[in-house]
Amino acid sequence: MTIAKKSVIWGLFAAGGTLSSFVFPAIIFLFLLISAGMVPGGMQYTELHAFAASWLGKFVLFVVIFLSLWHAAHRLRVVFHDFGVRNDKAAAYAVYLAATIGTMMTAFYLFQIN
Amino acid sequence: MSLRQLELDVMRYDPEQDEAPRFQQYTVPCEEDWAILDALNYVKENIDTTLSYRWSCHMMVCGSCAMMVNGEPSLTCKTFIRDLPDRVRVEPLENFPIERDLVVVLDDVMEKLQRAKPFIIRKDDPPDEDTEYVQSRAALHKFKQYTMCINCMACYAACPQYGLNPSFIGPAALALAHRYNLDSRDQGKSERLDILADHDGVWDCSFVGACSEVCPKHVDPAAAIQQMKIEGAKEWWLQKLSPGGDKS
Amino acid sequence: MSRQPYVRPMPKSTWYMRNKRYRVYILREISCLLVAGYSGLMIYALSVLATGSPADWQAFVAAQKNPLLVLVHAVALAYFLFYQTFAWFKLAPKAMPLQIGEKRLPGGIVVAGHYVAWIVLSAFIFWLAGVL
Repeated sequence: MTIAKKSVIWGLFAAGGTLSSFVFPAIIFLFLLISAGMVPGGMQYTELHAFAASWLGKFVLFVVIFLSLWHAAHRLRVVFHDFGVRNDKAAAYAVYLAATIGTMMTAFYLFQIN
Repeated sequence: MSLRQLELDVMRYDPEQDEAPRFQQYTVPCEEDWAILDALNYVKENIDTTLSYRWSCHMMVCGSCAMMVNGEPSLTCKTFIRDLPDRVRVEPLENFPIERDLVVVLDDVMEKLQRAKPFIIRKDDPPDEDTEYVQSRAALHKFKQYTMCINCMACYAACPQYGLNPSFIGPAALALAHRYNLDSRDQGKSERLDILADHDGVWDCSFVGACSEVCPKHVDPAAAIQQMKIEGAKEWWLQKLSPGGDKS
Repeated sequence: MSRQPYVRPMPKSTWYMRNKRYRVYILREISCLLVAGYSGLMIYALSVLATGSPADWQAFVAAQKNPLLVLVHAVALAYFLFYQTFAWFKLAPKAMPLQIGEKRLPGGIVVAGHYVAWIVLSAFIFWLAGVL
């Protein structure tokens, strides 16, 4: 008996939700600091570039963004359904396509940072 | 004991005469310790014998008397007037077709409960007559809360996903499947995998959690469903990693 | 006796206004827009970091300095904390029932564990970023 594809997507959704619940408050707070003009030391170009250039940094940034994108995508699909959008298939393709593009862009940019 | 005058707005529907349901008002003198079911019984005995509704035990174990009380799915024998305002709206359970007055058509969920395969499935040969099946108390406690379901269907009335998609198998059926999957005597998890695999199975649930909030027996079907989703996600990887599939 | 069951229509796009429980659920689900938004912002920041010069990064950071944005991020943080993080932690015990022997551990232990892990992880992120 093959498990539905939905179990994979749900797995990504659950992992992304857990991860984003833990790390996004800190990340949003960092953006808040920057918008207040208080740029912390680790967000300067050299430090951040060095972090993103390291394999650990690449891994962390990719996993966080990848899982968060897929979490948001699946959840948005469910929100469309909850708001009465009948065409679930179209909603699914739209959100998962956006998540795929975002994931590819993340990989592309991370790859360029050396 | 002073009597409290309760204004009941009761939904009525006569399939032979009405095009659509309507509300009918009754003023009921209630004793302080009454439940809404007592008020309905008063109406039926003293005011309007044509009012139709299901009830039986009047002690929260049979699950017959579930209705919407002021918009909330409730067991009417467990909903006490001391917790209610003077004006109470009584309607048949949400998300079900109305048969007549407060009686709903439950055929759909009856079929779905069967789909959960709610019986012990054994793969091993039965033991000889001298051997006992032993189940420790710890093993019992793993699934005991899921045995408490009285099939009142309040969870289905509360679940918006069931309302939006009536082919969703629903909270009670899934909690029932989970009850057997967690039972140490059962070996039928793979038989119930349909529920996980099927796209009207667990995956239709978006964890609103309303089912668990309205459940009069604290079964917590939402928890059962989340645990089954995790099982399902793990199962997918297990099947991918072992080409023959995990048959146990 | 003829049967004619009546099916009450469910308003497909406004059912969630029916009661508080449903309204809170929808507000919770909409927090995914924040997840999408900040993911997008991070991708944009990555693009500047990857394809731009140090001066470009400085310009990007300087462009973020804006009292309106402070308000936006503050509101987003509050909404996210309440409707995503705290809500997620509150529901965690349902997915992970803990039982020792016969005794089912109270769900509060799982929730508390999540909060501790969250505080520790946030502190670590702030230390990495040079805030602490």
